[in-house]
Amino acid sequence: MADQANLSYLVDKYFYASQMPTMWCPGCGNGVVAMSMCRAIERLGLDMDKVIHVAGIGCAAVAHWYTKFTALQTAHGRALPSATGIKLANSELNVVVTMGDGDAAAIGGNHLIHACRRNIDVTAIVYNNFNYGMTGGQVGPTTPLGSFASTAPYGNAERPFDICRLAEAAGATYVARGAVYYVEELISLIERGIRHKGFALIDALTPCVTVFGRRNKLGTPGEMFKAQRRLTVSMKKAKDMSPEELEGKLIRGVLVEKEVPEFTDEYDKIIAQAQGRGE
Amino acid sequence: MSKARITLMKGNEACAEGAIAAGVRFFAGYPITPSNEIATIMAQRLPQVGGKFIQMEDEIGSLGAAIGAALTGVKAMDATSGPGFSLKMENLGLAAMVEVPLVLINVQRVGPSIGMATSPAQGDVMQARYGSHGDYGIIVVSPSSVQEMFDLTIKAVDFSEKYRVPVILLADQVVGHMRERVVVPPYEEIETTYRTEPSVSPEAYLPYRGDERGVSPMAKFGSPYRWYANSSSHGEDSFQATSDYAISEKLIQRLTNKIEKNKKEITEVREEFLDDAEIVIVAYGCTARSARGAVLKAREEGIKAGFFRPIVLWPMPNEEIGQVADTARAIIVPEMNMGQYVHPVREAVSGRAEVFSLPKVGGVAFSSNEILEKIREIVKNG
Repeated sequence: MADQANLSYLVDKYFYASQMPTMWCPGCGNGVVAMSMCRAIERLGLDMDKVIHVAGIGCAAVAHWYTKFTALQTAHGRALPSATGIKLANSELNVVVTMGDGDAAAIGGNHLIHACRRNIDVTAIVYNNFNYGMTGGQVGPTTPLGSFASTAPYGNAERPFDICRLAEAAGATYVARGAVYYVEELISLIERGIRHKGFALIDALTPCVTVFGRRNKLGTPGEMFKAQRRLTVSMKKAKDMSPEELEGKLIRGVLVEKEVPEFTDEYDKIIAQAQGRGE
Repeated sequence: MSKARITLMKGNEACAEGAIAAGVRFFAGYPITPSNEIATIMAQRLPQVGGKFIQMEDEIGSLGAAIGAALTGVKAMDATSGPGFSLKMENLGLAAMVEVPLVLINVQRVGPSIGMATSPAQGDVMQARYGSHGDYGIIVVSPSSVQEMFDLTIKAVDFSEKYRVPVILLADQVVGHMRERVVVPPYEEIETTYRTEPSVSPEAYLPYRGDERGVSPMAKFGSPYRWYANSSSHGEDSFQATSDYAISEKLIQRLTNKIEKNKKEITEVREEFLDDAEIVIVAYGCTARSARGAVLKAREEGIKAGFFRPIVLWPMPNEEIGQVADTARAIIVPEMNMGQYVHPVREAVSGRAEVFSLPKVGGVAFSSNEILEKIREIVKNG
């Protein structure tokens, strides 16, 4: 594929060299997710002027500092409402949202479940690193039980969210989980999510090596990337595994994909009806 | 030329119609009393004119959605009251920082907290100006009649577009819920304003370089002008500048000064009986109605009373109030709070006249007699 053959072409096309180096720590997985998003957009052949990158706040939500898309940086947790406004006001735009796990599932949790329910054609990528990296590694809604965090010095006593199952229960019509170790799969999952007509959520597992990794003694960046082989399992393999074998593993792949009327299409029907041109 | 329509309307209804007349084509809201009618009417009216309405999951989300819509080039609005207004403060600051034109209606009710949902107050006057963290400029307009709920909504939209700033229409439950005669001009004859769009090439576009007024041209999201609406401290090119103190200083000054330095064009006041006035009532919103009545009654009694109403509350009309203080000996500020706007009035007066606060809380609007009583008291005490 052309996009793989020419990395510098992609970097020039999608990223501002003037804003480099990124603020991400060496070994962080976030750059892989950001590049996967750009590769997905390249494969889809989207007009870059029509891609709107909306972000919350946190280590994930700085990807838009570097990408050459029109972008809106909202407040912490507030990316989805503004993304909803953008898409509803101009449904021709491709709206892609970058959020962290705390951004999406804690402070923005209410917006998340309602975006799922509403089924507006927005693609949300959650950079899930199991903690609040930017603010020093506080415990978050996806921090595993017992893990250490700056605000869980004795270990996390709260059960974590499975963001994908939350999105599914809230009615999301496309839910997928990827991991940066499986980058080719992650690109495909994002590509399929953007192509999906309706709300798409991609939970992208990305290691926080400096804060979460160090505090929990998870080893080098390389070891943390490789650990995703152990911590996750593909949908295909999971089908033949027992619940005991699946215990503690996160399933990768497309978890939900269904066709349901999309919100902006439905609203266009309301306009037609209000203007007396209804069905 | 088509004829103006004369009709009986509720304040909130006039506000919604004013928005349609001003070209607002996006509304996001969340249910709250006493502003509900605005959302109800917008849900009905917007699709009729090809616009979009959405009821969001919460108050924070609805202002967020309006921000997003406004960035695509649409005139957008949100309406709320009381606790909802408090929840808006995060995104209001964001709109000010990112410089998104939009109108936020606040039909004030009694606070603090849940307070009294169906009773009027004017307790959000300071919050409207200073409610979000940090420094920024903002415009707040204050309607006193149903006609003004129509006219000033149009004006609020125009201000927001002209200065690329969120504008608050600070109404109250009295003005929002009462019914009055309204003259509605044919919409096609209403002159409206739309933001300036960039005329340079996309490569040369600097989304945060202010013109001589401090206002930057604004490109639509989805246009070839790719830009970054940035809620962090940013330079003229919109890129992150979170460790550059000089850039941050310049940005905050511009955000504030694009309103404060253009005060002359924004300020609007109503002045009556000021020529020989010794005692002047400064009042706004529903209280201005009772205040004007009190002035008329005082005049009948031979008291040289005057009436001053800031229609635009913020930016503060310091100069105009200062002129009043040059001739009057006493200024009374009746307001439905524990005394808020009286503070900037006192600052504007700067010792040139005595300033009396006349606070009233609890949810009952002023009668003209209550204000008249205060006028008499000042006369009596010499």
